[in-house]
Amino acid sequence: MNASFAPDFLTWLPAWLVMQSAALLVVMPLLSGPIALVLSRGRLAWTWAIIISLATFAMALILYGQVLEHGSVEYAFGDWAPPLGITYNIDALNMLILLLVAGMGVLSLFYGLPSVLREIAPKDQAAFFAAFMLCLTGLLGVAITGDAFNVFVFLEISSISTYVLIAMGGRQDRRALTASFHYLILGTIGATFFVIGIGLLYMATGTLNMADITAQLRLHGDDRVVRAAFAFIVIGLGLKTAMFPLHTWLPNAYAYSPTVVGAFLASTATKVAFYAMVRFTLGVFLPGSPFSDAFLGLVLAPMAVAAMVICSVQALYQTDLRKLLAYSSVAQLGYMLLGLSMGTMAGVSASLLHLFNHALLKGGLFMGLGIFALSFGVRQVQDLRGLGKTMPVAAAAFAICGLSLIGVPLTAGFWGKYFLITAALEKGWWWAATAILISSVLAIFYVGRMLETMYLQPAPKTKGRSKKITAKAPLLALIPLVLLAVANVWFFVDASLPKGLADAAANVLFGGGAP
Amino acid sequence: MSWTPELGLLLLLAVPLTGAVGVLALSRWPNLRESATLLTGVALLANVTLLVMAVDTGARPTLTLINMVGGLSLNFTLEPLGAVFAALASALWLINSLYSIGYMRGNHAQDQTRFYLSFTIAIAAAMGVAASGNMFTLFVFYEALTLSTYPLVTHNGDEKARRGGRIYLSILMGTSIGLFLPAVIATQVLTGSTDFMAGGLLAGSITPALASVLLILYVFGIGKAAIMPVQNWLPNAMVAPTPVSAFLHAVAVVKAGVFTMLKMSVYIFGLDFMRTLPAAHWLAWVAAISIVLASLIALSKDNLKERLAYSTISQLSYITLGAMIATPLAALGAALHIIMHAWGKITLFMCAGAIYTARHITNVSGMKGLGKSMPWVFGAFLIGSLSIIGLPPLAGAWPKLMLMMGATDPINRIFIGALIVSSLLNVAYLLPIPVRAFFGKPDVKKGKIPAAPRLTVIPPVLTAAGTILLFFAIGPILDFLRPVFESGGMQ
Repeated sequence: MNASFAPDFLTWLPAWLVMQSAALLVVMPLLSGPIALVLSRGRLAWTWAIIISLATFAMALILYGQVLEHGSVEYAFGDWAPPLGITYNIDALNMLILLLVAGMGVLSLFYGLPSVLREIAPKDQAAFFAAFMLCLTGLLGVAITGDAFNVFVFLEISSISTYVLIAMGGRQDRRALTASFHYLILGTIGATFFVIGIGLLYMATGTLNMADITAQLRLHGDDRVVRAAFAFIVIGLGLKTAMFPLHTWLPNAYAYSPTVVGAFLASTATKVAFYAMVRFTLGVFLPGSPFSDAFLGLVLAPMAVAAMVICSVQALYQTDLRKLLAYSSVAQLGYMLLGLSMGTMAGVSASLLHLFNHALLKGGLFMGLGIFALSFGVRQVQDLRGLGKTMPVAAAAFAICGLSLIGVPLTAGFWGKYFLITAALEKGWWWAATAILISSVLAIFYVGRMLETMYLQPAPKTKGRSKKITAKAPLLALIPLVLLAVANVWFFVDASLPKGLADAAANVLFGGGAP
Repeated sequence: MSWTPELGLLLLLAVPLTGAVGVLALSRWPNLRESATLLTGVALLANVTLLVMAVDTGARPTLTLINMVGGLSLNFTLEPLGAVFAALASALWLINSLYSIGYMRGNHAQDQTRFYLSFTIAIAAAMGVAASGNMFTLFVFYEALTLSTYPLVTHNGDEKARRGGRIYLSILMGTSIGLFLPAVIATQVLTGSTDFMAGGLLAGSITPALASVLLILYVFGIGKAAIMPVQNWLPNAMVAPTPVSAFLHAVAVVKAGVFTMLKMSVYIFGLDFMRTLPAAHWLAWVAAISIVLASLIALSKDNLKERLAYSTISQLSYITLGAMIATPLAALGAALHIIMHAWGKITLFMCAGAIYTARHITNVSGMKGLGKSMPWVFGAFLIGSLSIIGLPPLAGAWPKLMLMMGATDPINRIFIGALIVSSLLNVAYLLPIPVRAFFGKPDVKKGKIPAAPRLTVIPPVLTAAGTILLFFAIGPILDFLRPVFESGGMQ
């Protein structure tokens, strides 16, 4: 990694800020939630949330600077040294996730104001931002912490606030309530499995610190309890990741939640759960042991391939736009799981790169749909008719993100698929490469259908003539979308940042040291 | 700052993209907008001419545009084959732009700014394909070409255009992402690079079995070369306005396909290695079958543009055939055919468009007796047809001769038969059109006959004259191309 700019950047800042940035990253949004609730007015709460989220993102950048400089950062809470105290451990692997979540948090909030004002009842708006900040806290917490039980706590914070956020779509569409309930039931089962797994691990190793668990397992080897713990944890996280076939909660949750929530969750929530899966399967448990290899090759890989193909086909047949994108998300998670299941450095690096790119492009696509929905009530594929002319900027940005989803060269989405295929071929998994290609070709069709409707069908007519369209996309919503579209092109041209982090992350997992 | 070949490479992209900005900025003043297009064409042609001259003196300018992750780079290196393709595309693009102005205005087409914008972006992509220094770069520009021509194919915007566009995009994107991309990635994984190398990048470093699999992926993945069974996008793209058809068939798109095919054969596999691969021989059979079958289908089509489309499919497979036979002479013939077929086919398409603009006739059966009122158009059509058939003294004669001479090994002799059959079929489906136009009796009473706009008549006459000129200019062209097939071309 290029560390040349990092030292200057950090010396400008007061030392205490650099020292405490890891804690502040989580504590600030956590405390801001209740305060947002007290602010009670939508715009005021929004301004507060924006300030905090920007500050949080700044903390993530400071951490990034430190990671560039030192390779990894350890922060012990209250100076209680591990394994007794709780530590935050930041290395290249979670740095990527932290940057992504904090960045998408800022963009989603900027994007979200118009849609929140429209979709959420005025009295609930402050509560919405409070829940949003808690959700952000939970996601960041899962990514940053080095303590296994802490992961569970933050996972629950993010999940419970997510149930609330999804249910807030109920004002627009009552189905949001059942979607939220469905997710609540499954999410709770997932969390329960996860905490049982953690409990078993604690029983077997006597520690909750993730690094210490690994050390203990190295020392004593695994036994049946540890293996049971592994199974519980993987299923619990699999539910949260929407790993096929545990993904049934996801399409409705994305489709009926308020548009901003769909955009935020699609680009962060499953990604964070996936990160936890990577951390546990390759970081905490003994990588390379016959048991974990069997799991990766015999369980994860087939499920990943099934997700990639089956859910892409399901996406083809959706008429509801957000469900279409949701099924596509499950398919794309299949790509990431496939990369993980290869169990090689190249595979994990490709999978993390795809995670990063997919967050950018799926966030953009959901934001685009949100803007269309806000202006014209667009929900179905056929509602997109004529938008290429009536909202040219938003449509062009949407189209770029769509092409990135296919993985067309000149867009960032290309790299994830490129490196996944390379990794598959290097491992000799030609069938995995074939599955990636089949799924990509299916993506041409489901994305193509949206773009064709948007650009080639005339706008619907009322009273015999085309509607004189006055609706302009709200600028506040448009800017984040355009930024994401630009990012999708930029990270094709210069993918060194995500690729560098992904490589370093894979190096941490396999090389066992700082890059 | 004076012109250098390296700067010229950059200008290959910069000139058309600047032109695109100009088109967009001048969208409210059609005359100025078209001037921007023409100016772009002239500047590009001048730049390419200078580049060709530089390559002729032995320069192999190279320029790295962007170094990317994973050891990949977007890199331009111009060698004779690419220079020839760039020269062909930029020259015909200029003529085609003149023609577009006549056609689009004559037919009062909608959304003309989008049309010219896509056109300039597409030529930039074609230039990128021509100058690519490695397969990865070529793939990127190949995809850019597909995407930038999609709005052109669907220009009319009706249900038929949408359907044609859907097939166009799904076949071209499907094959390129599903087959071409894995082939490129496999090349990178196997050799650690995708650079075009004299003598072939893969030659000697992989087993023939693996090479055969890769070759099959490449040949069917390069959907733009329209070898059967991935030819269907081409007839379906006929819904586009005629200048677009000319662009697809002669200037850039299919030519980019067969150009890629030739580059792959010469620089990725290497001709010597190709000849040892069993798959190359089977694929030569597929190409030969495509040649004959497409000619037969062409015979059955009454719609002129459809007939020409199948004719193109057949002619493209000549080039694929040459690349698969892979003797130096056959490959040279294939390279020549890229040029010669382009000039003949663009003539035919522009004539078809001129007839449509003047009379709104699309079917061959309706063209009886038109020759008297449109002598220039049908005269050009006749010359274009004869060139495609391969009659001297027209350009099309040379490549057929070379291809046949290159296929004299006992194992390849059968392909000479395919070429002869196809030439006879060319006679049968092309010649009746001008003959009937000149000697047939018109079915309709002569009313007031609208003349074709002059800008739709002059360009085909120019290109028809070009086919005659190229017959005599063969010497320098051969000298220019020969190093590619004899000494590798990259030195």
